[in-house]
Amino acid sequence: MITSAHFMVLSAVLFFIGAVGVVTRRNLIVIFMSVEIMLNAGNLAFVAIANRLGTIDGQTIVFFVMTVAAAEAAVGLAVIIAMFRNAETIKADELSSLRW
Amino acid sequence: MVDAAHATHVAQTAYAVEYLRFIVLAPLLGAVLNIAFGRRLPRAVVGTIACGAVLLAFVTSLRAFSAMPADGYLLDHAYQWFSAGGLNINLALVSDRLSALMCLIVTGVGFLIHVYSLGYMSHDPSLARYFAYLNLFSAAMLVLVLGENLVVMFVGWEGVGLCSYLLIGFWYEDPAKAAAGMKAFIVNRIGDAGFLLGTFALFWAMSDQGHASLSFADINAAAPALGTATATAAALLLFIGATGKSAQIPLYVWLPDAMAGPTPVSALIHAATMVTAGIYMVARLNGLYLEAPAVMKFIATIGAMTALFAATIAITQNDIKKVLAYSTVSQLGYMFLALGVGAFGAAIFHVMTHAFFKACLFLGAGSVIHAMSGEQDIRRMGGLRYIMPVTFATFFISTLAIAGVPGLAGFFSKDEILASVFAEGRLGLWAIGLLTAGMTAFYMMRLFVLTFMGEFRGEAHSYEHVHESPGSMAMPLVVLAFLAAVGGYLGVPHVLGGSNQIGQYLAPVVGLHELHLGGLVEFGLMASSIAIAGLGIWLALGIYMTSPGADENLSQMNSGVYRAAAGGYYVDNFYNLIFVKGAIRAGTVLWKRVDEAVIDRIANGTGTLVQELSARTRRWSTGNVSHYALTFLIGLLVLAAVLALKGLG
Repeated sequence: MITSAHFMVLSAVLFFIGAVGVVTRRNLIVIFMSVEIMLNAGNLAFVAIANRLGTIDGQTIVFFVMTVAAAEAAVGLAVIIAMFRNAETIKADELSSLRW
Repeated sequence: MVDAAHATHVAQTAYAVEYLRFIVLAPLLGAVLNIAFGRRLPRAVVGTIACGAVLLAFVTSLRAFSAMPADGYLLDHAYQWFSAGGLNINLALVSDRLSALMCLIVTGVGFLIHVYSLGYMSHDPSLARYFAYLNLFSAAMLVLVLGENLVVMFVGWEGVGLCSYLLIGFWYEDPAKAAAGMKAFIVNRIGDAGFLLGTFALFWAMSDQGHASLSFADINAAAPALGTATATAAALLLFIGATGKSAQIPLYVWLPDAMAGPTPVSALIHAATMVTAGIYMVARLNGLYLEAPAVMKFIATIGAMTALFAATIAITQNDIKKVLAYSTVSQLGYMFLALGVGAFGAAIFHVMTHAFFKACLFLGAGSVIHAMSGEQDIRRMGGLRYIMPVTFATFFISTLAIAGVPGLAGFFSKDEILASVFAEGRLGLWAIGLLTAGMTAFYMMRLFVLTFMGEFRGEAHSYEHVHESPGSMAMPLVVLAFLAAVGGYLGVPHVLGGSNQIGQYLAPVVGLHELHLGGLVEFGLMASSIAIAGLGIWLALGIYMTSPGADENLSQMNSGVYRAAAGGYYVDNFYNLIFVKGAIRAGTVLWKRVDEAVIDRIANGTGTLVQELSARTRRWSTGNVSHYALTFLIGLLVLAAVLALKGLG
């Protein structure tokens, strides 16, 4: 029997994988993909809880998250392309001129 | 012996007029015009504006003088300046017998000096600036004279101080001259502080009387009710102001240095404006001063000391203007001596005659300097009588007038002062005054002989350039010499068959100081002053006609005393050592020990602290997004952990 606890664990694992990806990877596109994993981990948790509680609120929020994620993908990729044109790299640790 | 009939200030009626303001506004307008447009106007127009403005003021003063009512004064109430508490200060001008006479002196002598300046300053590139300052000076002095109350007078009081700074330092390219201007200003400021404190004291005392007013009429009327202690304090503080403006011990030091300005300016400062301000102020407040007998004694003593002290210095000076400068300090001492014994009318009489002969002497000196292309040392002059007959003749008349030769202006006024002092029973002060009269005759005759008599002692080629001054300079000399000759007949004493008209005229304002000495005593006093003046003249003629270089021997014979006097008794050095160096030293201590050691450290320490802290914390900002994300994640985990432990509720 698959309970909502299973969904929550899966969601937590996915979130953790995404977070580790964001922190450890250097390539901006991979970081970006990791962020998408984290967002979807969140979506999964919303849907699971909404199903368990029998309400529609969580499912509604997922649509918003997906919309924002789509917009973010468009803007984020454009930013990455612009960065590459200027700095000729998309390595996060090389793009560190904004500091002390 | 003396019946000080300082009468009872008769209640005087104010007659409202509206033209007194033009006496002040005319020169003020002239100054504004020349400041604003002077540089673009032809030189002749600049001079005409300036002279015309003062002439207009003179004509208006004449009108005010001739319209003087028998039982009162003219009042031009422009508007209420400000009102605070019970105190109303009006921007009002008063022309009573005292201020009307002073106005005539200021504008009349001032006009002649303006005309003279046309010739004297004809080569100066900053003519417009010069005339603007000169007009402003006259305007400030007229505010001082005409002011209805102490506050309006203070405006003029500060105004003449400012203008003296501007004019003494007129040739500001020369640091020494600029410094002389600053010295005049700063020394005057010290006196001004006294004047201000005196004003505050009077305001306080008058408020206590339930009559908060600073108008001269009210102060004089209320003076007897103020009490001796209060009157003494206020009178003394105001007198400190007078010692600054009128160059008395201890604040006289600026006046000899004021010679750095153009010579007509010296004439204006010494004769028509500025230095008479202190005497005028004391005479104006005669009701207050009569309530402070201790201060009156003090004034008389200071005056006599200054008169003698400055006369001894004047004997030793070799700069033609310095001799005249110390002479002015000495003559001002006479005037204060007169004020101190209550002979206010005699003091004002001497202000007037002094204005005539001292203006003439200064303008004559200017004429000589102009002719000698800037030479001021009388040891390199001599024999100028042939080349400069007009200057020679007018200078001669004025010299005799200041020396006290009978029949000329100085004789009558000085004699009245000495007689008043004698009549008060102040025999010590009288003896000092008499001695000073002899010294005055001596140093003036020395100056005259060394400048005009004998043979020329300068270099031959400079003699060829010497010329008589142009008409614009000669005319004022002639007019002033004439006044110096006849001005005394306004105050012929009773004993000589006169009626002391000027004393009688001023009596309703300053009281009449009647002498009841008896004819014989008065004749005796007169004879003594004639004798000592004659002695001074005879000695000077005897020494300097035969050997113009006599001072050299004198300085060797009696070197210590002579050099002390020639150096002004080192008063300047003393002030320099104590006050100037002291101020610099105190300033250095405050700068090093307080400012740098304490305040700077606090300020710099704050900066250093922030810098040190930020040097450590800014390491966290690596610029690497991953690090920020990790920090963020850790923070999130900590937050989650805290919430999990405490529970969401």
